[in-house]
Amino acid sequence: MIIVDKLYKGFNGIQVLKGISTTFKPGKTSLIIGQSGSGKTVFLKSLIGLHLPESGTISFNGGINTEFTTEQKRQWRKEIGMVFQGSALFDSQTVQDNVMFPLKMFKKQSEEQMLERVNFVLKRVNLENSNSKFPAELSGGMQKRVAIARAIVMNPKYLFCDEPNSGLDPNTAILIDNLIQEITDEYKITTVINTHDMNSVMQIGDKIVFLKDGLKAWEGTNKEIFKTDNEAVVKFVYSSELFKKVRLTYLNETK
Amino acid sequence: MAYLKHIGKYFIMLGQVFKKPQKGRVFKEALFREFEELGIKSIGIVIFISFFIGGVIALQTALNIENPLIPKYLVGFATKRSVILEFAPTFCSIILAGKVGSYITSSIGSMRVSEQIDALEVMGINSLNYLVLPKVLATVFFYPFLVILAMFLGIFGGWVAGFTSSMFSEIDYTQGLQLDFNPFLVQYALIKTVLFAFLIATVPSYHGYYVKGGSIAVGKASTQAVVWTIILIVISNYFLTQMLLT
Repeated sequence: MIIVDKLYKGFNGIQVLKGISTTFKPGKTSLIIGQSGSGKTVFLKSLIGLHLPESGTISFNGGINTEFTTEQKRQWRKEIGMVFQGSALFDSQTVQDNVMFPLKMFKKQSEEQMLERVNFVLKRVNLENSNSKFPAELSGGMQKRVAIARAIVMNPKYLFCDEPNSGLDPNTAILIDNLIQEITDEYKITTVINTHDMNSVMQIGDKIVFLKDGLKAWEGTNKEIFKTDNEAVVKFVYSSELFKKVRLTYLNETK
Repeated sequence: MAYLKHIGKYFIMLGQVFKKPQKGRVFKEALFREFEELGIKSIGIVIFISFFIGGVIALQTALNIENPLIPKYLVGFATKRSVILEFAPTFCSIILAGKVGSYITSSIGSMRVSEQIDALEVMGINSLNYLVLPKVLATVFFYPFLVILAMFLGIFGGWVAGFTSSMFSEIDYTQGLQLDFNPFLVQYALIKTVLFAFLIATVPSYHGYYVKGGSIAVGKASTQAVVWTIILIVISNYFLTQMLLT
């Protein structure tokens, strides 16, 4: 479980995160939503330790990440999987080498054992027979799946995804969403996703945290978001006519 | 003030670079990759340039000592001295700063803007150590060999120039080469090369690693990296020459 308590972070005198507190539970997919500039990416990068908080704490199963010893930090890093917005695959390495990279760095396994694990996770993300391809030879959706495979190859306790659907067609976006949710359920991972995609919000949001101007403006589930009367959430989530209609239909059906 | 900030940041970066690699096997793979990328792939340009520049030095020297009182073997002597002292270590390093420096900045810079460096950091990998140390070791250990190759080829280029132009004889040229050979000059050239190689690996790495923005920023950083590497090579060349030869 991840507990964020009164998290503050700013850059060059501009406060980006203004005291965010929330909790992310294991086996649940939590989404962070909000307009561009609301602090989502800074929040996610703070969670994974790329930004140090100015004040406030982030605890992982009771341990506060800024207070970890070097050894604890090393261990904590191994428990984190991250899917970056642009996949962040190593261009000069094949799919197999990309996925095997964390194993090579941190596991004392033979080449065969590592290859077995790599093939297992690649199969899990439906990417068999792509081992020898380079990232440039893959489509956006395939790159995302390789990034997911790399993120889960070490059996992480925490999975973070930054806009996993950006730049993908709706069909592939749904496939990626489902894959992340299946993996979260299967391995009881604490998954936190930054997204703009309202389909994801409706589909996989076990918990949704809405950020506005660096503050947590609302949080709830994907069922509760239909019923909320929080003005900022309604304006952001139901900005399109389609989603307005979806919401109305849902509200009418559940009356 | 901005320069001081950069200098401080550069040395902090070096502090992270010179740490024990996290995994020997992965480091070895990276090191051999860099030997190929930064060393082996630079052999062609070094061969080409050193051969022709050696020829030009010999021809220019021959043209400028047409006085019958000056012995012709001085062409060989002057070519040898010019190639060993300056052309091979300094000129080659400047060429390599352009070729290899821009490659280092753009490859590390692209990794920065595409979040590949963030991915390494999230995995708990010391990205500076993983990315920069193999480059430093590859250049520092390989470039002295490239410079020795450049010395031989430059001198050989001068010999071929004499042979094809008939401006000086083979015997005169060889006699000049054998005249007053001082092994310390080769040592001096290699000492310079090691320092230049270090600059060629670290200055462009610094520019690439701390780049902010997109592809245009990476392009600008590459240009800046090459310019600064050349400036530092020229300045350090002056001070090393003063320290070692005067």
